[in-house]
Amino acid sequence: MAALREVRSKSVVLAQTNIDTDQIIPARFLSTTERAGLGKNAFNDWRWQADGSPNPAFPFNQPENTGRSILLAGRNFGCGSSREHAPWALTDLGLRAIVSSEIADIFRNNSLKNGLLPIVLPEEIVQSLMERPDDELTIDVAARELRAPDGSVFGFPLDAFAQTCLLEGVDEMGYLLARHTDIERYEATRHAR
Amino acid sequence: MTAPRTLFDKLWEAHVVVPETDAAPAVLYIDLHLIHEVTSPQAFTELKARGLSPRRPDRTKATMDHSTPTLPAGADGKLPYYTKAAETQVETLARNCIEHGIELFDMASPNRGIVHVIAPEQGFTLPGMTIVCGDSHTSTHGAFGSLAFGIGTSEVGHVLATQCLLQRRPKTMAITVDGALAPGVGAKDIVLHVIGVIGVNGGTGHVLEFRGSAIEALDMEQRMTLCNMSIEAGARAGMVAPDQTTFDWVAKTPRGPKGDAFDSAVAYWKTLRSDEGAVFDADVRVDAADIRPTLTWGTHPGTAIAVDAPIPAPADAADQKGLDYMRLSAGQAVAGTPVDVVFVGSCTNGRLRDMREVAQVLRGRKVAAGVRMLVVPGSEIVKREAEAEGIDRIVREAGAEWREPGCSMCIAMNGDLVAPGQLAVSTSNRNFEGRQGPGARTLLASPLTAAWAAVNGRVSDPRELFDAHKEVA
Ligand code: SF4
Repeated sequence: MAALREVRSKSVVLAQTNIDTDQIIPARFLSTTERAGLGKNAFNDWRWQADGSPNPAFPFNQPENTGRSILLAGRNFGCGSSREHAPWALTDLGLRAIVSSEIADIFRNNSLKNGLLPIVLPEEIVQSLMERPDDELTIDVAARELRAPDGSVFGFPLDAFAQTCLLEGVDEMGYLLARHTDIERYEATRHAR
Repeated sequence: MTAPRTLFDKLWEAHVVVPETDAAPAVLYIDLHLIHEVTSPQAFTELKARGLSPRRPDRTKATMDHSTPTLPAGADGKLPYYTKAAETQVETLARNCIEHGIELFDMASPNRGIVHVIAPEQGFTLPGMTIVCGDSHTSTHGAFGSLAFGIGTSEVGHVLATQCLLQRRPKTMAITVDGALAPGVGAKDIVLHVIGVIGVNGGTGHVLEFRGSAIEALDMEQRMTLCNMSIEAGARAGMVAPDQTTFDWVAKTPRGPKGDAFDSAVAYWKTLRSDEGAVFDADVRVDAADIRPTLTWGTHPGTAIAVDAPIPAPADAADQKGLDYMRLSAGQAVAGTPVDVVFVGSCTNGRLRDMREVAQVLRGRKVAAGVRMLVVPGSEIVKREAEAEGIDRIVREAGAEWREPGCSMCIAMNGDLVAPGQLAVSTSNRNFEGRQGPGARTLLASPLTAAWAAVNGRVSDPRELFDAHKEVA
């Protein structure tokens, strides 16, 4: 995984609560054996109309939102399935951070493994950020801070291990493989029981 | 003297390979890894890219269920795959399993089925285990007193390569349900009711333990229904402490331990309960007598209410959007809503008990004109056992379709779709927008409620079936 130290961008707002993984990437797009190229189907049923044309009311179709890499989302974003296709689709769409007052467990976990920052802030702060999506926000992974141009600074929780992985581009697979003697010892003692 | 521990504490501590610190999560050993065609291909690709092979193929079991057709092979002997991509996905799984020596329940296997139905059936799922799968409804296996949870595809790769996962210890929540259930009320109603109480995100960060007299009275199939939907409250996992009911189930499985191995396993399994005085991070109590047949009215499983209760006024814009999508209004009861499609199946309610409940309702009755009903057994074994009891005939004579095992209309990846705008009463677990097909509107319900809705052509209270005066039972 490539290191991720900072995200600097204006925001896209999806204020709805409980945006589930079937909205992020509908199941009919999971019949793939690849992980690339899912961005065109991100939020598919909201983004594209029945005839395949873009829904002009959907934020990701609005020209001012092009290139923005921070999503401000309503509470309980990413609930539902374990499909890692959800963060794959969102990063392919260009997102680097999701900011919400609550992010579902498996989605949060999957996001961290794909260089997509799940940032949980109190509801009133998320609300206030949603009111000014054109502010250029800075997310500083090392400081665990989100900074707004008016000088306000919001600390966010980030697991120390996840932080190290992001900052140094460490990958969990490598970390686990390096524990092989511990794993062997565990298997040996457990089977003796 | 050691402090009293919860069931979760015992399972967690027994599987820690490297303890958790502030700087790093615990390395947790995984006893059983289940894989299916949708969430595994990219993990095998990753392994190959790194020159790795699975560490413990013997602890990995594979099945095909999501993308598979539920119609039999045609005259040409070919299975009617919905898309070429679906077929490729299934073939990719088969290739990966052969290459790495992983036992696969393929399309020709007499024991194939939905991953969360076949592992308990075979006796792969056992009390005390850690079990993972690239599938959120892995929580189902917690019904046996195991720690079972869904993981993403990167983690599927981690488990293949190391048989371990990096995990932070979650919190615990006790959900105690005491008392007796009314006739016509079952495990599906309990869990929908509980999600309605704690909310669609009420379990986030927690492992749930279901306990109390109403839970102890449930059979294994019902306990699986319960734990299956823990994830719909956002929980990491759900579990029920193993007891005689559990041991009796395992004793009958073809692949569970036998003889002395079984006896010594049971002696250990009996220690797997929360100690007297063990403290949970959260405690929820529900009186079984308060639970009525329960359905959802919105577009997430937290929108659960009793069949005869009025839909509440929307709490926020998302609720309103859900109501609009469902074309329902606050103040009305869900009962009476006209139904287009009824689906019975999935890892929530696709087991023999569920098939029997459906047959109990359909016997001597007809599915209402204009309603399409699909009954899909969760596995080949469920299908065979149901057919041995004549359930397939009852289903067909009632005018419903009896299909081949698979996920089917639960996730609508295989071509079994609810048409846009149609209203489905479904025994599956998710009512998200478009889950059962673009524009499909889903009400989640128990098998009894679903079958009774099919007969009446509208959502109806299944307690009517048990009402002596009406003599419909
Ligand atoms: S039946 Fe539905 S919920 Fe269960 S594994 Fe299949 S798709 Fe997932």
